[in-house]
Amino acid sequence: MKADIRVALVGNPNTGKSTLFNALTGLNQKIGNFPGVTVDKKTGYCSLPDGRQAEIVDLPGTYSLYPKSRDESIVFSVLADRKSTHTPDLVVVILDASNLKRNLLLYTQVADLKIPVIVALNMMDLAKSGGITIDIDIFAKKLGVQVVPIAARKLEGIDKLKEAISYSSKLALQESSIDVSTIAPQLIAQIGEEMQIENPYFALQLAHQHEHLTFLSAPESDRIEELELKHSFHSQKAQATETIARYNYINDLLYDTVHKAESADSETLSNRIDKVLTHKVFGFIIFFGILMFMFQAIFAWSAYPMSLIEDLFVWVEGLVHSYLPAGPLTNLLSDGVLAGLSGVMVFIPQIAILFAFISILEDTGYMARVTFMMDKLMRKVGLNGKSVVPLIGGFACAVPSIMSTRTIENWKDRMITIMVTPLVTCSARLPIYTLMIALVVPNKNVWWIFNWQGLALTAMYVLSLVSAVIVAFVMKLILKGRERGYFIMELPVYRMPRWNNVLLTMYDRSKAFVVQAGKVIIAVSVILWVLASYGPGNRFEKIDQKFSKPEYTKTVPAADLKRIVASAKLESSYAGVLGHAMEPAIRPLGFDWKIGIALITSFAAREVFVGTMATIYSVDGDADKIESVEQKMAGAKNPDTGKPVFTIAVAFSLMMFYAFAMQCASTVAVVYRETKDWRWPAAQFAYMTVLAYVISLITYQLLK
Amino acid sequence: MSGYQIKKMRLSQLKVGSKGIVKEFTDLEMSIKLMEMGCLPGEEVKVERIAPMGDPIAINVAGYQLSLRMREASTIILL
Repeated sequence: MKADIRVALVGNPNTGKSTLFNALTGLNQKIGNFPGVTVDKKTGYCSLPDGRQAEIVDLPGTYSLYPKSRDESIVFSVLADRKSTHTPDLVVVILDASNLKRNLLLYTQVADLKIPVIVALNMMDLAKSGGITIDIDIFAKKLGVQVVPIAARKLEGIDKLKEAISYSSKLALQESSIDVSTIAPQLIAQIGEEMQIENPYFALQLAHQHEHLTFLSAPESDRIEELELKHSFHSQKAQATETIARYNYINDLLYDTVHKAESADSETLSNRIDKVLTHKVFGFIIFFGILMFMFQAIFAWSAYPMSLIEDLFVWVEGLVHSYLPAGPLTNLLSDGVLAGLSGVMVFIPQIAILFAFISILEDTGYMARVTFMMDKLMRKVGLNGKSVVPLIGGFACAVPSIMSTRTIENWKDRMITIMVTPLVTCSARLPIYTLMIALVVPNKNVWWIFNWQGLALTAMYVLSLVSAVIVAFVMKLILKGRERGYFIMELPVYRMPRWNNVLLTMYDRSKAFVVQAGKVIIAVSVILWVLASYGPGNRFEKIDQKFSKPEYTKTVPAADLKRIVASAKLESSYAGVLGHAMEPAIRPLGFDWKIGIALITSFAAREVFVGTMATIYSVDGDADKIESVEQKMAGAKNPDTGKPVFTIAVAFSLMMFYAFAMQCASTVAVVYRETKDWRWPAAQFAYMTVLAYVISLITYQLLK
Repeated sequence: MSGYQIKKMRLSQLKVGSKGIVKEFTDLEMSIKLMEMGCLPGEEVKVERIAPMGDPIAINVAGYQLSLRMREASTIILL
């Protein structure tokens, strides 16, 4: 879509910026990335009253143009890069009317860049009920810009704002706030002269931020550095001076425009809610109650849509087989592409539900309180209060949980959380654990309602949390933090969630997962399908010939014969060859080549393990026959020794392997998507595989 | 001086419910972040609550609630 005017939305966090963005653009929006960085770029389109199309860009919320996180560093880059196609023609600064003073700091910075600007004064209703009156006419006159009062949640004033956008001037008419050039007069003058920059504040910002601005060339950046040394420029001192000067200006500005009724220190509703929700005892009880409910819901509510999606794919695969001519292409389509696609789609319900909860918890302001309560505990192991939710979500599935780590601003804390989340026992490990435990752990009561099998499963869950904490602690020592760890954070007042925002988040996150992780998963599934369906030389033909002889076709029932053929083919396939080849490496863990095949086929997704075991031991792979997989596996004997294959040592070694090994293409893909650097998923895959191997080895050798 | 702490002290030493006025900061980098968020010399701060495990704390400043760690609060000197 071609836009006639490009508008950037800028404002503090929690001012209703996203609500305004949704109100302006409706469903007509998309999420992309700012070039070169992982920061989400939300753009949308909006029709103006004069018939023109405006492209609206939602910039990350920030308190100042001086960035404290990577998200925030985008704001100045976008506003300042005059050569790029993203440069806005107009900036709409959204201000929270109930907290005008703090919000105006960012406005004065943006205004001084001399980009055309409009003020959207949000939360007028909240300000009014807080006893604040604002003389909008005087306010607008003093600033020299259009000021539009709005209530974004109630969709009030949105049309007025659209009108203001269409009547906006192409020239920056706003009054300057402070005399910027006094902060570093010679430096600003010289940068301005050498780089032909007229605006003193723009020159000053370049001095502060030149190191991470991609639109500056290396020589330009080096030259600025030289000039800073020459004029002994101290970035932090200059920022402090500037901020104090701006607040002086703001105090003058507000003196006769904003009046606050002197109210006694009455307890606000938000405060009373906080007394309960962050209470020493009730706070934790409520938090764990909410987590249990979330966890339960992710499991329970997603079960039905997940099986619906699986059934749909089975049905489509059936259609493919009955309407397309039999052959390798049809098999590739159904067993490779469609199977891979269903492996992606099946996660949608869990992702959507997890993000619905997260977006409700964030919208209401509760998430900030969770962070507040858990921060000290989590900090001890190198995590952050905000790591709690991804870790707990990991019990369901690591994929949406890793996507949810975006709420963690601190880079190091976020990376550690991403690195350890896949260790938490996800739902895909459950079928493997239940199968192995059923094989070797007696179903006997220990005490009261507890039996050995249940205890073994609980132990696996506890182990996963403990290992995540230990790994996090080790990573805390290894990783070098790029930013200083802050916890200076606004605790927003409690508000009702915006339901259309919740729905949009569910939709956005699911779509982003399907599109971006999906590509990788399908590719891996296709490779695995090829490995399992083809073998070197003419081995497959020999198997077909062998089993088409009358001694087999006459004596063995057709269904059984089909399974025997499938199992023989799997052994001769490339995957089978690989299984045999890797046997020496996995023998010390107690695994034979058959388990080796399952390790390869379940490389993309752990849950494939049970299905592969079923094929290898020639049983139907479907879930209600787990009994029989179990029986066959229990009966499997080692051909050399005549002893059972699945001893306690082998079963536990295998469980340990799956507890620690990455074995999930979706997680690899999503870690890449979130970090935009292959080294992170590679490092994660490497450390988890090494850990899995070593712990399996120890387990097997001890229990043998 | 009713309600205010008379002795010169740090924000981290204030008890829940008591107030003070920001005088200066001991950490330049932290002071920029705090000032940008409206916590600047001359502002009144009130300790609203302390997290269950003793850290961080929540304060009321410039009409809203701000949470910060004890270590960060100790860089704020009060009048």
